[in-house]
Amino acid sequence: MRSILKASVAALGFAALATGAVADGHGKKLSGDLRIISDMSNPAPRAVMEGLAKEFGEKHPDLNIDLEIVDREAWKTQIRNALTANAPDVVNWYAANRMGPYVNAGLFEDISDMYENGDLPGLDAVKGAMTLDGKQWGVPYTYYQWGMYYREDMFKELGLTEPTTFEEELANCQKIVDSGKKCYAIGTKFLWTAGGWFDYLNMRTNGFDFHMQLARGEVEWTDARVRETFANWRKIIDMGGYIDDHQSYSWQEALKFMTDGEAASYLIGNFAVAPMRDAGLSDDQIDFYQFPLIDASLPQGEDAPTDTFHIPANASNKDNARAFLQFVTSADVQTKINSGDALGQLPVNAASSVDADEFLEQGFAMLSGNAKGGVAQFFDRDFPAEMASVGMEGLQEFMVFPDNLDDILERLEDARQRIYK
Amino acid sequence: MTALPDPTSQPQRSWYKRNEIAVTPWLFLLPGMFFFAFYVIYPIFQSFWISFHEWDGLGEKVWVGTANYERLLGGDRKFETSFWNNLKWLFLYLLAIPAGLSIALLLNQKVRGIRLYKSLFFFPFVLSQVVVGLVFSWFYLPREGLLNAILAVVGAGPVNILGDPSTATYGIIAAGLWPQTAYCMILYLTGLNAVDPEQIEAARLDGAKGHRMLWHVVLPQLKPATFIAFVVTIIGALRSFDLISVMTNGGPFGSTRVLSFYMYEESLSEFGFRMGYGAAIAVVLFFIMLFFIVYFLWSMYQDERGGR
Repeated sequence: MRSILKASVAALGFAALATGAVADGHGKKLSGDLRIISDMSNPAPRAVMEGLAKEFGEKHPDLNIDLEIVDREAWKTQIRNALTANAPDVVNWYAANRMGPYVNAGLFEDISDMYENGDLPGLDAVKGAMTLDGKQWGVPYTYYQWGMYYREDMFKELGLTEPTTFEEELANCQKIVDSGKKCYAIGTKFLWTAGGWFDYLNMRTNGFDFHMQLARGEVEWTDARVRETFANWRKIIDMGGYIDDHQSYSWQEALKFMTDGEAASYLIGNFAVAPMRDAGLSDDQIDFYQFPLIDASLPQGEDAPTDTFHIPANASNKDNARAFLQFVTSADVQTKINSGDALGQLPVNAASSVDADEFLEQGFAMLSGNAKGGVAQFFDRDFPAEMASVGMEGLQEFMVFPDNLDDILERLEDARQRIYK
Repeated sequence: MTALPDPTSQPQRSWYKRNEIAVTPWLFLLPGMFFFAFYVIYPIFQSFWISFHEWDGLGEKVWVGTANYERLLGGDRKFETSFWNNLKWLFLYLLAIPAGLSIALLLNQKVRGIRLYKSLFFFPFVLSQVVVGLVFSWFYLPREGLLNAILAVVGAGPVNILGDPSTATYGIIAAGLWPQTAYCMILYLTGLNAVDPEQIEAARLDGAKGHRMLWHVVLPQLKPATFIAFVVTIIGALRSFDLISVMTNGGPFGSTRVLSFYMYEESLSEFGFRMGYGAAIAVVLFFIMLFFIVYFLWSMYQDERGGR
């Protein structure tokens, strides 16, 4: 009895001391349970998630945190069961349209009030990605840029510089092809990598707004502007810019072409940097540039997929869950978990600092200063699921058999008319 | 708590005792029948029901009548590709039967260490389909694969079997034949044990040998084994899912899909959850299977009758 009393007195005293410093609600003492299911199953993210749970537990010693980490791929289908039966208090998911099915089914908690009442300072810039039907359904915890990662040493050897226009890009590629190498590594076995190429070519050819109209099903796939995008794409295909047999490789397998020096660049997300470094490439050998301009009058749009935390509507400890979302998105935690030795990505909180890493710095500068067109999530997150799967299959076919374009576009147009009602 | 025997009245046998012979088999069957009904029969009808709806698996089901079937049978190209691939699987997979038979005939002799050879030939059947798929997809790799290394020795150009939509399905079927041949071989080996040596002897005295011996004397005695091999091969061909999932994931651009894989993609995969449409595919697949099952049952019934 005495020890409990002493402990709570001490806690009170600590809380009184702490309220001054922590005014954003962290000082509130939490008790009870908090069940988290996370899909951060790759080694580095896993360590981050475990660290988050541990630190949050240390802040709230009376809170009983139960963290379960599931395989990232498996989670994409398991989440449905998890949200309906015996729902946990916090789950991972993705921003934008990918939230749609669960928002429509009423399985995600509406947390618009947290954005309104100032519980989530510094998230204004990323609020849009979490908004569906005018409400916010979760918080982001990390995002990353896409762009052209290239072999700096190979560029130097051939006397090439970072291109800013598509003509320069093609001219560079011609020189690389002439030297017996390939310009771009890509592995389209799982389709989505082709979606990245389409996103960029379409955003540069027709602009971000057009791309989003296409994603919302407001433009026909057989539209002349869409064909123009494919015509630009075809220039690269016809000059032999892509590695052969890319339809047989995953993106990781295709990375080998770049690390072996058989391909010069890779249009991919920042998550590819870690495996490049692991494969023995030093930072002198790899660098990054923004996808070049095609129509110079269009402000650039960028892909920057955002990963998120949500509270299931059926959760039983929502207050604890809300406190956890606040904790994850706070400026300090954001700085820490997105640093180069943790997730190695970009923090979502405007008050956080970006780690001193050449790719993170370049990516952050690009997204905050040079993405005036807008920031897209990614092909398979912006387009509705069915359109995305039909679409990416068509994109892969186009990359292998560009002559089938008419047939592909008609098929996609059929799908569009059926899917968007 | 049995009462003492009552000396006054005739001992009345209980209802169960009177009907023991008739009831007991049903009692033993009951648990099995219950689970079969609950886990097999009921879901079949559930699938029929879902196939008339549009449903994402979470929200409300919306009744759409036969719209799913109209779309499926009215020119869905994915369905057509899957259907033709299923037919390719059905016919080419049957090659496992003659292949299994010839290996069984080869191994059906008394040589020192034959058991070792038999187990080596049987080995692929023990492997998981996933492992078989992985091994073959490495074998087929466009640059590093063993197949292209062999082709290079004979001077043939490199091929990308799984990357070319016109060859990918055949490549997967070839991978599937490896374990299936082993299975048929085992069936025939046990069948060959049961071949009557006296008939062989008699046929030999009559001057039969080689093909005539095989065709007119051995094969008729192997009929039960052939029947089972046929059944398991047909069912194996229609169930071909894991190899496709591991080797090509349905690609390139959907050219290696079969009905079961298409059903999975539509209803349960990452971009799926169109349960109604997936269920409609399941129903079509069910009727194709039913056709074969009815044929098997019918021919078994005929055999039973003929045997008596």
